[in-house]
Amino acid sequence: MRSRLTPYLLALPSWIWLGAFLVVPLAAMASVSTQSGNVIDGFVQTFSFGNYADAISQYSPQLLRSLWYGGAATLAMVLIGYPVAYWIAFRGGNRKATYLFLLLLPFFVSFVLRTISWNFMLSGDGILLGPLKDWGLLPSDFQITATAFAVISGLTYNWLPFMILPIYVSLERVDPRVMEAAHDLYASRTTVFRKIVLPLSLPGVFAGVLMTFVPAVADPINAAVLGGTNNTMIGNIISTLYLTNANYPAAAALSFSLMAVLLVGIFVYARALGTENVLEAAAR
Amino acid sequence: MKLLKAYTWLVILWLASPIFVMILFGFNDTPSKSNTSWHGFTLKWYRELFAIDGLTDALITSLLIAVVSTAITVVIGTMLGLALGKHRFKGQGATNFLVFAAISTPELVMGASLLSLFVSANLPRDSITIIIAHVLFSLAFVTVTVRARVLTLDPSLEEAAKDLGASPWGTFRQVTLPAILPGVLAGAMLAFALSIDDYVVTSFVNGSTITFPLWIVGSVKTGIPPQVNVMGTLIFGIGVLIAISQSIAARRRG
Repeated sequence: MRSRLTPYLLALPSWIWLGAFLVVPLAAMASVSTQSGNVIDGFVQTFSFGNYADAISQYSPQLLRSLWYGGAATLAMVLIGYPVAYWIAFRGGNRKATYLFLLLLPFFVSFVLRTISWNFMLSGDGILLGPLKDWGLLPSDFQITATAFAVISGLTYNWLPFMILPIYVSLERVDPRVMEAAHDLYASRTTVFRKIVLPLSLPGVFAGVLMTFVPAVADPINAAVLGGTNNTMIGNIISTLYLTNANYPAAAALSFSLMAVLLVGIFVYARALGTENVLEAAAR
Repeated sequence: MKLLKAYTWLVILWLASPIFVMILFGFNDTPSKSNTSWHGFTLKWYRELFAIDGLTDALITSLLIAVVSTAITVVIGTMLGLALGKHRFKGQGATNFLVFAAISTPELVMGASLLSLFVSANLPRDSITIIIAHVLFSLAFVTVTVRARVLTLDPSLEEAAKDLGASPWGTFRQVTLPAILPGVLAGAMLAFALSIDDYVVTSFVNGSTITFPLWIVGSVKTGIPPQVNVMGTLIFGIGVLIAISQSIAARRRG
């Protein structure tokens, strides 16, 4: 009897924590997102789903910009990260762990500090562009910070390791004997890659996209530090609506729209590969 | 393949480049508050590391919050990791899903929804609410790390302990815990790192409490003092040392 209860007792504290501080707040936020009123008179539940339409149409420039920055950064991460994961998985030899450690090195420095350092390197008189301007290789009014490129490169920089790791894990699992068999059957290197390696690594790519796209779209730091005033993203809007304007319904509606995109992604992934696989992908 | 190797190193260097900049400018003999151009080498900022009261307080607050939230997270996360890795029970699939949802909920959404909860429950925002939030976002990571380790456990060891008359608690303390300890330690490091680094969630639930990352972002406009670089460098150095010594210890064991 005791042993049958054990798993439930072990899970109980976490259930309480996750229930009280994740599930309940998210449900409350879903409820707030359809309320109306203001911070002085209080908010009343009116099931005004129009909040979503209003918030999305009012902030559509920032929403579209966030989707475009996040999407471009995610695509850049796949393109930059895939060859790295490929090389480490197939040519890393017994130094694989070292290469992965080097890729994770930036995580020993605070996210905030890294973004500020990156801004500092890109800034007009910073240590990258300054010398180039002094040597006359760049016009003196050339700048990268406060442009779309700066924000996208910052997002790419910050989440790239989260893209490389799941791709690496899926490539590592490709059985080399399958590739040898294909070679023996006269498949060219391109064919082996196209027909065997690439399809087998797609779950890794998908897991990477899942782990990077929504955080990148929702990130308020890169836009604030690197983007100047003309590159506000939806994360900045949600922060401002919550912390400055106290417009909770609109902020909740925007947050929940983001969450919905993510939930659909997770659901598709869990359906296709099972929850255990989802966890494993997340564990790496 | 040579080309790919060079490319991989280039990406590694790119990822590490802001670290070099951070370390270098901790040694910068800058005369003003803005630390953006090179003025020669000095160790002054290492001597005057704690000269800025607000910054020192923020660092201490961050360390305290990280220690407390890591302790809570490790205990309940290890319990959940054991439940998921060793047992079959009703609601396991749902629990797995919940853990994954906790990992992938955007920080912004997590912070915003927690703030709504604290506001509507009339809870004052201070270190306690920050700790609640930090346990929440590190819990799933600890669970997943411990669970991975539990899955490699040989169940016959625990059976043997039981057959030799060990109590369930004795079996756990003398057999199970030592075997999963590397996973627990890795989870603890992860929880500590996530806590001390967090900006987004904390910015929603902090009230008037200022942590290290919040202090840094708050001083972006007026200029980041070199002490921040020095503290970042020291945290980086300690983190790398711990990680390397852990991996050496793991290799010896294994």
